[in-house]
Amino acid sequence: MNNDKIEQILNEHQGQAGALIKVLMEIQEENKWLPREVLVQVSEKLEVPLSRVLRIATIYKTFSLTPKGRYQVNICTGTACQVRGSQQVLEEVQKLTGIKPGETDPDMKFSLETVNCQGCCSLGPLVEIDGKTHGKTAPAEIADALKKYE
Amino acid sequence: MSEIIIQIDGREIAADEGMTVLEAAQKAGISIPTLCYLETLEPYGACRLCSVEVEVRGRTNLVAACLYPVEKDLIVRTRTEKVDRIRKVILELLLAHAPEARGLKMQEYAEEYGADKNRYEKEPSFCIQCGLCVRYCAEIKKKSAICFVNKGPSREIQFIPEIASKECWNCTECFPLCPTEYLQGVFVLTKALAFPSTPMGPSAE
Repeated sequence: MNNDKIEQILNEHQGQAGALIKVLMEIQEENKWLPREVLVQVSEKLEVPLSRVLRIATIYKTFSLTPKGRYQVNICTGTACQVRGSQQVLEEVQKLTGIKPGETDPDMKFSLETVNCQGCCSLGPLVEIDGKTHGKTAPAEIADALKKYE
Repeated sequence: MSEIIIQIDGREIAADEGMTVLEAAQKAGISIPTLCYLETLEPYGACRLCSVEVEVRGRTNLVAACLYPVEKDLIVRTRTEKVDRIRKVILELLLAHAPEARGLKMQEYAEEYGADKNRYEKEPSFCIQCGLCVRYCAEIKKKSAICFVNKGPSREIQFIPEIASKECWNCTECFPLCPTEYLQGVFVLTKALAFPSTPMGPSAE
């Protein structure tokens, strides 16, 4: 956890209750998840009740209150990707990483998530690893793609 | 403050500007059922039990009386067949969450509107999300020791251990406000204090 960076984000928005979501998003981006202590800090710095911070942090899918792996793996399960076989890709990824959607592996390497339409259905089945889009994936190819990430 | 004359159930009623339909009705002694309303708190409109039919310039609409401000020539009907039916369904849905609600109001209303607590599949969360405890703590006590977390079907009340451990045992004023069960608050509070590090969020279920 990069405390200096978080401190810097918080100092920039000191006392600005309206910047709550922005601050949480920046910390999420920086740290990949929102630890409890950080939420308490946000509440103190921005002068927002902790209850509101928690409500906002639990309502949006962007925010994670559990630790995330270094690489976020998003598998599209939208209609087009589904038809093109995303289920098999998902099963293969689950087998390779040993985790189910919503989980993180013990080495903190991958976090798996299923997502809905990513907006490029012609590339389905779509797998996004660490922000990079892999289109037209086949279950047999996905192992090679995952191996590149250490 | 200028006075506004409105009509509720055929009676002419004088109301002040800025009042809600519910306040005007209560002032005139017309009862409208409510669960999430408390005079000292800001209206919230969570339970929708105070739904009434209003008519403005010939158009009728269903609104929550606790939120709807009075206006000139407003015609309000609090007990039409449609309103009664809606309240009955709302009660039946709420009773699916809290079938044995001990709060007197809920059982009384259920009887009055003929609501059948067995109509919908039961999902006893014991909470109807009226937000009374949450709002009372934030607005009156200014402690915000209890809050709503998550969304949709997994939305629930939760005490914040960091604050609750210091404030709650000496207060407990939110418990009797609960329209379903006094013990619900006690349970949620005890859970928060006994397991302060319980993870939250959709992945926690």
